[in-house]
Amino acid sequence: MITPAIEVSGLRKSFGAQTVLDGIDLTVPKGSIFALLGPNGAGKTTLIHILSTLVAPDAGSARVGGHDVVADKAGVKRSVSLTGQFAAVDEILTAEENLRMMGRLSGLTPPEARARADQLLAHFDLAAAARKRVKTFSGGMRRRLDLAVSLVVDRPILFLDEPTTGLDTRSRRALWDIILELAGRGITIFLTTQYLEEADQLADTIAVIAHGRVVACGTAEALKSRIGGDVLELIGANDEIIREIPTDGSIRAVQQSLEELARTAPAGARVGIRKPSMDDVFLALTSNPREGTFS
Amino acid sequence: MTNASAPAKAASFGVTSSVFIGRSLRHSLRNTEALIMAIVLPIMLMLLFTYVFGGAIDPSGDYVDYVVPGIILLCAGFGSSSTAVDVAGDMTNGIIERFRTMPIRSMNVILGHVTASLCRNLLATGVVIGMALLVGFRPSAGFLAWLGALGVIALFILAFTWLYAAIGLVAGSPSAASAYGFALLFLPYLSSAFVPTSTMPSWLRGVAEHQPITPVIETIRGLLTGTPIQDQAWWAIGWCLLILIASYVWGSWTFNRKAGRR
Repeated sequence: MITPAIEVSGLRKSFGAQTVLDGIDLTVPKGSIFALLGPNGAGKTTLIHILSTLVAPDAGSARVGGHDVVADKAGVKRSVSLTGQFAAVDEILTAEENLRMMGRLSGLTPPEARARADQLLAHFDLAAAARKRVKTFSGGMRRRLDLAVSLVVDRPILFLDEPTTGLDTRSRRALWDIILELAGRGITIFLTTQYLEEADQLADTIAVIAHGRVVACGTAEALKSRIGGDVLELIGANDEIIREIPTDGSIRAVQQSLEELARTAPAGARVGIRKPSMDDVFLALTSNPREGTFS
Repeated sequence: MTNASAPAKAASFGVTSSVFIGRSLRHSLRNTEALIMAIVLPIMLMLLFTYVFGGAIDPSGDYVDYVVPGIILLCAGFGSSSTAVDVAGDMTNGIIERFRTMPIRSMNVILGHVTASLCRNLLATGVVIGMALLVGFRPSAGFLAWLGALGVIALFILAFTWLYAAIGLVAGSPSAASAYGFALLFLPYLSSAFVPTSTMPSWLRGVAEHQPITPVIETIRGLLTGTPIQDQAWWAIGWCLLILIASYVWGSWTFNRKAGRR
């Protein structure tokens, strides 16, 4: 059997009285894209921090690239590259200087670091801004540079913590293309996201995390069949949502729901239809949704 | 970017240090306001203490000889304080997490800031001495005494820079680091830097004579102008080493403890 890229079992972590991870088990096969989907405060970042050796777990075990995250930190560090939640680039330096610095820190010689920087700048469409200070960059450019910096040397496993949070639609799509291309080259990608759509677009496997536990894990298709399809909303005269009916998205189901709404709707109400959101995912998957905060 | 890059080797301690020192020096050179301050402040203080306060404190006109070591330390303390802001900035930006997840000694990022501060402040010291000579400072020091004085000044800068680095590591944000660091800037005024401690009320004299700045001042003054040093040199070196080691230990401990938490 081939060793998985990431193996986690019974992982627990508390900060003081607050339990952040409450027994996480998951396996990520080599070369796949794995999305960890969850709301703010679900423990996504803490899990990434443990898997990249920044934080030690309280209990349980995790192996990354075949190395134990506690016993063999150096082995893990040689196998992974982390792109954190906030663009981790030096704003005072230029894009080129950032890439060269990371190249040198990764053990490249100065000429190698320079060549690699030029390659990555061209590939990530940053060549024109190479000599500009990162301070002047837009959010999308910053994120692209951030990802380029993670790829200065080839590491088999890439962690991306909310890679597209705060980006506009165009930048988000550009980043998705890059992530898919990296996976095509055989890099294992472990990403976290708050967007169902993003996990759906990118991931081979999606794990849904809430209150420090994995509440569902499977392919996007399997997950969606558990959540259902479009949601009908009954909206009152003052734009308040009176009622929400989840459907499986079929014409028949929507029709039935509409008929039911027609009988009960107050005067002035209208109907809306929307894609399932993170809230719906958690309503469908967690037995006690009230505890969740879906901000 | 398709062709695979070199296999991941770990950068050596030397390479890591020189890369981080280069980074911090670039930061220093690009922070134009701070760099101008580092050069203008010594000039302003030198002129202020010589021509505005000097006549009142010592009408004989020799006050410049007395005050030079004080202005050197005042400027060095001010210059080192920006290390707290630089370090706190790095610690609150995601970049530190990237460094920590690389197979390198990530604490060297602090070493980079400390080395850059040492360079900036030795430059500022040079400006103070140059300006002092222009306004009538007449040191009696020979070559060895100059070397000794510069050594003590460098040790002082190093100790206080590490102290500010530790403050930067402990502080939650750059502005908090700046505020904590500010308090330390008053230490030179409560020492023999600007007036002899014998002119102070006895309770204040006790404070002034038992804090690190006074022995450092007395040592530099003795080396440059030949006033008696006695055991002050040992106190100066002892204080600086104590601050240096304590700050280094405190800083390293905080650096490791704060991993993954911002």
